[in-house]
Amino acid sequence: MLHDVDHPATAIPGNESSIVIVGAGQAGLSTAEKLRANGFVGSLTLIGDEADAPYQRPPLSKAYLLGELERDRLKLKAEDWYAKNRIALRLGTRVASIDRGRRRVCLADGGMLAYDRLVLATGATARKLPQAISRGLAGIFTIRTLADIDALRPALETRGKLLVIGGGYIGLEIAAVARGLGMTVDVVEATDRPLARVASAETARAVEDLHRSRGVTFHLGRAVSELLGADRVTGARLGDGTIIAADVVVAGIGGMPQTTLAAEAGFAIDNGIAADAYGRTGDPFIWAAGDCANFSLPGGALRMESVGNAIDSADLVARNIMGARQPYKPKPWFWSDQFDLKLQIAGLSRPGDTVVVRQGAGPGRSHWYYRQGQFVAVDGLNAPRDYLVGKRLLAVSASPDPAQVADPVLTLEALASSK
Amino acid sequence: MPKIRFLLTDGAELAVEAQSGRTLMETALENSVPGIIAECNGSAACATCHVVLPENIMSALGPISEHENDMLDFAEAPREPGSRLSCQIKVSDALDNVSVRIPAA
Ligand SMILES: Cc1cc2nc3c(=O)[nH]c(=O)nc-3n(C[C@H](O)[C@H](O)[C@H](O)COP(=O)(O)OP(=O)(O)OC[C@H]3O[C@@H](n4cnc5c(N)ncnc54)[C@H](O)[C@@H]3O)c2cc1C
Ligand code: FES
Repeated sequence: MLHDVDHPATAIPGNESSIVIVGAGQAGLSTAEKLRANGFVGSLTLIGDEADAPYQRPPLSKAYLLGELERDRLKLKAEDWYAKNRIALRLGTRVASIDRGRRRVCLADGGMLAYDRLVLATGATARKLPQAISRGLAGIFTIRTLADIDALRPALETRGKLLVIGGGYIGLEIAAVARGLGMTVDVVEATDRPLARVASAETARAVEDLHRSRGVTFHLGRAVSELLGADRVTGARLGDGTIIAADVVVAGIGGMPQTTLAAEAGFAIDNGIAADAYGRTGDPFIWAAGDCANFSLPGGALRMESVGNAIDSADLVARNIMGARQPYKPKPWFWSDQFDLKLQIAGLSRPGDTVVVRQGAGPGRSHWYYRQGQFVAVDGLNAPRDYLVGKRLLAVSASPDPAQVADPVLTLEALASSK
Repeated sequence: MPKIRFLLTDGAELAVEAQSGRTLMETALENSVPGIIAECNGSAACATCHVVLPENIMSALGPISEHENDMLDFAEAPREPGSRLSCQIKVSDALDNVSVRIPAA
């Protein structure tokens, strides 16, 4: 379909065309910006159901929650940027349905908007605890939006006991912030280590040790069977009967791609909205980018929840709408800040990969991952130089000799020239 | 408001009004300065906000943290004496009329 040059969907949209983007997060905003940068001059509308103009999410569980970054600084663009770039930003507006036949979107407030190209950048939501566990109690939070943080912040100001359910990145970042605020912190994680699905065992162990050394209590391999309390949460009962007292509960049990709109419009949903390597959905007029998109790539389907992926996939979609015909070449990378640890990850490691540890002269170190002899990922733990060298080598598919990686005497400059 | 002159990789210059107190990276993003990607939005985690400043103003900008220093060693574009991560620089009058070059990777 993509190379059928006669299909109207492959024509480059011009000044009479209208492009509508659903979801005013990082991916939606970047798509709009890159459409303009790639010469789109027609009408451009960015629709988001949150009240706030596009903002950064990562600081929500880091500097912003700590009070080190003012709210205004979270904004991705200044207010007048949208008008300057002729982008109609419609906030507090939910797209209720897509009429693919007539090529228009219906808004929850009753409005309607025609499109020549539609981009789905609906992101992800935080998974909520089942009702049987949360029992409708007050004092239970999930973290995805600024509004979520605004709700959580007063609860943290009581400086009481925080229970984090789920040992993923967001949960651990909140745990670190709460310890910094002087709260008592317990983390319950159903698997036998934190970061089980998202980091290697070596990296997870280092992060766990750091949290323990700062007074966080872990309950691993145990699940919460019920939260306790009459109307406000007062604690939790775990599967093995242990009772943990808590004044505030944060559930960090993962993100779910927002696919309702796409599913109701008849799209294939498989861990996100299915998109081809160009970012196009099954409808040639409709594209997908960011957390909600599951790209079908030569190595298998890939859905990522990261700022890097939001920016890169938005860039891809904008270029391809404007006729570039380039397949997605993801460069997965991620960072996390916890206490004084700056974790930087490039590439995707998997259980079973061989791990090579490079111990720096200082407190930092890095973990290098190999699969069938090929270098596939690097984690820098307070080791920005190692991380950047590894990331660079990954970009050119170079594979440094594991013995050299492990040799602290060999300089990174020398490693950087590996083939 | 200090005026900052971004020198782009294609040789063009983009002069923008900057707000004191914002970072140089935020100023670049708000004005869609090409070449400043800032993927980590100021966490000093990505080095995609690398800029090169005139050496004579470096001292007026305060010390470089060890982390930033390490990041600059292996940023995509080779490090130069005036290299900084623009997200770690607060806009001040010291930057008024200063040329901030975006290095080519
Ligand atoms: C607390 C937190 C910390 C994070 N930390 C990091 C980090 O350190 N590093 C990193 O790389 N990534 C991090 N991430 C992930 C990163 O923020 C996301 O990957 C990124 O924001 C995804 O952007 P997006 O535009 O795809 O989705 P989103 O940012 O979720 O934006 C989608 C928007 O679309 C809206 N929307 C959905 N459906 C509709 C509809 N029908 N109509 C109108 N609007 C709709 C949503 O409300 C939302 O505003 C973090 C995320 C969170 C929540
Ligand atoms: S914005 Fe990422 S290092 Fe400056």
